[in-house]
Amino acid sequence: MAGFNILKHRLVPEHVILSEEEKKKLLEKYNIDEKQLPKILVRDPVVKAIGAKPGDVIKIIRKNELVGEVVYYRLVVKE
Amino acid sequence: MIENIKFGLLSPQMIKKMSAAEITKTEIYDADGFPVEGGLMDPKLGVIDPGLRCRTCGERMGNCPGHFGHIELVKPVVHILYTKTIYNILRVVCHDCGRVISKKPLVGKSKRTCPYCGAEVKTVKFEKPYIYKLDGKTLNPQELREILEKIPDEDLSKLGIKGGRPEWLVLTVLPVPPVTMRPSITLETGERSEDDLTHKLVDIVRINKLLNENILSGAPDFIIDDLWELLQYHVATYFDNEVSGLPQARHRSGRPLKTLAQRLKTKEGRFRHNLTGKRVNFSARTVISPDPMISINEVGVPLMVAKELTIPVMIREENLDEMRKLVLNADRWPGANYVIRPDGKRKKITRENAEEIAKELSPGYIVERHLQNGDIVLFNRQPSLHRMSIMAHRVRVTPWRTFTLNLCVCPPYNADFDGDEMNLHVPQTIEAQAEAEILMEVQHHIRSPRFGGPIIGCEQDHISGCFLLTKKDTFLERSKAFQILCEIGMRPGIDFTLPKKNKISGKDVFSMLIPKNINTEFKAKACRGCEKCRKEKCPYDAYVVVKNGKLVCGVIDSKAIGREKGKLLSLVEKFCGTEEAHKFLDRVSQLGIRYLDHRGFTCGLDDYDIPEENLQDIRKYIEKTKQRVNKLIEKYYANEIEILPGRTAKESLEAHILAELKGVLSYAEKLVLENLPKSDSLVMSQSGARGSLVNLIQISTCVGQETLLGERIHRGYRKRVLSHFNWNELSPEAHGFVKSSYKSGLNVYEFFFDVMNGREGLMDKSLRTKHSGYMERRLMNALQDLKVEYDFTVRDGRKVIVQFVPGEDGIDPAKSDWGEIDVENILLNTI
Ligand SMILES: [Mg+2]
Ligand SMILES: [Zn+2]
Ligand SMILES: [Zn+2]
Ligand SMILES: [Zn+2]
Repeated sequence: MAGFNILKHRLVPEHVILSEEEKKKLLEKYNIDEKQLPKILVRDPVVKAIGAKPGDVIKIIRKNELVGEVVYYRLVVKE
Repeated sequence: MIENIKFGLLSPQMIKKMSAAEITKTEIYDADGFPVEGGLMDPKLGVIDPGLRCRTCGERMGNCPGHFGHIELVKPVVHILYTKTIYNILRVVCHDCGRVISKKPLVGKSKRTCPYCGAEVKTVKFEKPYIYKLDGKTLNPQELREILEKIPDEDLSKLGIKGGRPEWLVLTVLPVPPVTMRPSITLETGERSEDDLTHKLVDIVRINKLLNENILSGAPDFIIDDLWELLQYHVATYFDNEVSGLPQARHRSGRPLKTLAQRLKTKEGRFRHNLTGKRVNFSARTVISPDPMISINEVGVPLMVAKELTIPVMIREENLDEMRKLVLNADRWPGANYVIRPDGKRKKITRENAEEIAKELSPGYIVERHLQNGDIVLFNRQPSLHRMSIMAHRVRVTPWRTFTLNLCVCPPYNADFDGDEMNLHVPQTIEAQAEAEILMEVQHHIRSPRFGGPIIGCEQDHISGCFLLTKKDTFLERSKAFQILCEIGMRPGIDFTLPKKNKISGKDVFSMLIPKNINTEFKAKACRGCEKCRKEKCPYDAYVVVKNGKLVCGVIDSKAIGREKGKLLSLVEKFCGTEEAHKFLDRVSQLGIRYLDHRGFTCGLDDYDIPEENLQDIRKYIEKTKQRVNKLIEKYYANEIEILPGRTAKESLEAHILAELKGVLSYAEKLVLENLPKSDSLVMSQSGARGSLVNLIQISTCVGQETLLGERIHRGYRKRVLSHFNWNELSPEAHGFVKSSYKSGLNVYEFFFDVMNGREGLMDKSLRTKHSGYMERRLMNALQDLKVEYDFTVRDGRKVIVQFVPGEDGIDPAKSDWGEIDVENILLNTI
């Protein structure tokens, strides 16, 4: 299994780390602070694979049969 | 006013401080029947006798809230509801100095020492219900309490304890609840019967006293330990009489006592029974029965009920005369039961004082008038599993004794008429009435939010009727068409205009009901899924085309107007609105019934007569199948059976046999479709009104293989299912193949197999409903505070985002077409 890249698996949607600027915009858009975002653990395999750190916000772009693409955001948190 | 409520433990000092009396005596009443001071009914604990005044607060019964007392326990005992907490604390503190020494509980035998005092850390074991062992030595509650006392205050936050001391978990003082929450009842015989809690408290006081006497007289340790243990038992069962590992405390009659936890827990407990669920006024309940001629949003209300339920009406200049008439009618419907004068005085209206009150009536008075036709009420059937279980209906007062409802609204309520009862509630304020009308009326719930199709639609005879009416060769005399349309409440020249012909086709009659702006094309139920659909030229008339509200071709069946599938109904709801859909549904369902009235509709045994030669065919086919199965069995014994992946030889054989025997049904299917006489039974099945093709086959031709858990039937006696067969017989009939039809009758063992199958279905159904009911409850509790906010995010009660787009696709299923967006029909109807 050496060299197996989970990011290439067809069931793993695209994960992108938001820049500080984008994160600020997101929180402004929904008028929330980061505690109100859905969470994801740092030890999550995808988080490890893309190298996100606690405090980062990850944008998850999921494929959807009906509407094409759906975006979802998660805040990386420590345990 | 209550500003806040804090939940926590009471300290012994606090218990004593709030106590009005110490309880030390085991007697409750003296020889004269008066409560003993220091007994469990001490008059200082509150009053439960009307007329007496409280010894503590001086108030009478009803105003005195009751007052707590207390019992000083001679020896401490563990609080049974906190045994787990005590265990968890014990595992993380040093048993010598009380400091918190480990973040995580110690696992197994570790020879660690306390970093504060150097003492070796002992292993803690907890044995249900309340025994703690340190390195195998049992701790008594006294020693346990001493360890907890040692924990310094600054370590408490690490243990998650806020406000309070851990040693309070081991009780030294027991609060005695006021008599008001455990009143005694005087029976007709004059005997007093005490509450279960009082019984339990007497036990505690008794053992406590006995223990004290024994300690004072210097009794041997084992006697004291026994009594101590007994005290612990009584205090434990006083809190919770269903602790695992403890025998239940019982009443003299053998009934287990209902102690504190039992009062609160379960469906019958204080929370679910008394606080979450309450009885209501302005409601009625009776048996339901069907009435196909009332509208779907109406409910037939018995006169008796209508005269009992009232709506308050504020009198204005404008309605003074009308209300005066109602008051004069008094208890003759439509009348009124009460008037409320501007000063708030209520007066019952009787035939005697009606005239007097009517004269007095003026603006500002409120009249509680009878329920009248057209009033809005809420109608409900339990279990209320979804929002369609309570809908608003219009009242129609009837002279009968049951609530009546239109058959189309049975599915959302899941109602039938085998004795079902339903509830009716009358909203009292105009605000409530308006809300019910706007949000809850039946027509707003035609499309189910569960699957995005109509959950309220045509049923059974409605579909059979429309199917027969709209068949290719159905023509009506002009007068008859006219009559039928008038019968269903359509006005000639306004709601319909018949084509200028003498013979009117059924399709044209049906077209009169379709709103003019409807355009659609879809496949009917009769569609055989031909390789190349010939659309309008479909030989089975199974391609429905509606152009500008005219049915051009195709037959109307369950796919057009039926519940869950009705495309046409769905379309009318979507493009013409709920009111139009309401009218459409009323008319279509009545049209079906009216047409059947004129045509006649019957089914009988001869509907299932298949020509003898075809029955011969099927018998021959079964014989051939049996031979093939026998060959398979021979192959199996010769170890030549084709093994299927992941199966043993035996399992493979079973799979092969099952496949062979299922072939019989598909053969029968073709046979039945071609040879069953044209009958009304067939109409029901073809139109999707009721009954499936399988039902027809099983009645007329052959019941086929009975299965248990998806396999042939194997369970029964040793080596065989029934004693009619040989040991280890593998033949079709020995394992549940029924070659008879229901009409020809089953032989003994076939009947037994059929019943086995039937029983499985029955058990399955009853177990599933129980299961799904509980799942529903849990789901509701988990999801009830999720809400779609104005920015279209789904958030919970803390406003934490759960979804950024509702349902991940932003589609409201209650406004969708079966969960999707039907672009084709939107284009067809808007361009
Ligand atoms: Mg029933
Ligand atoms: Zn009092
Ligand atoms: Zn220590
Ligand atoms: Zn077709």
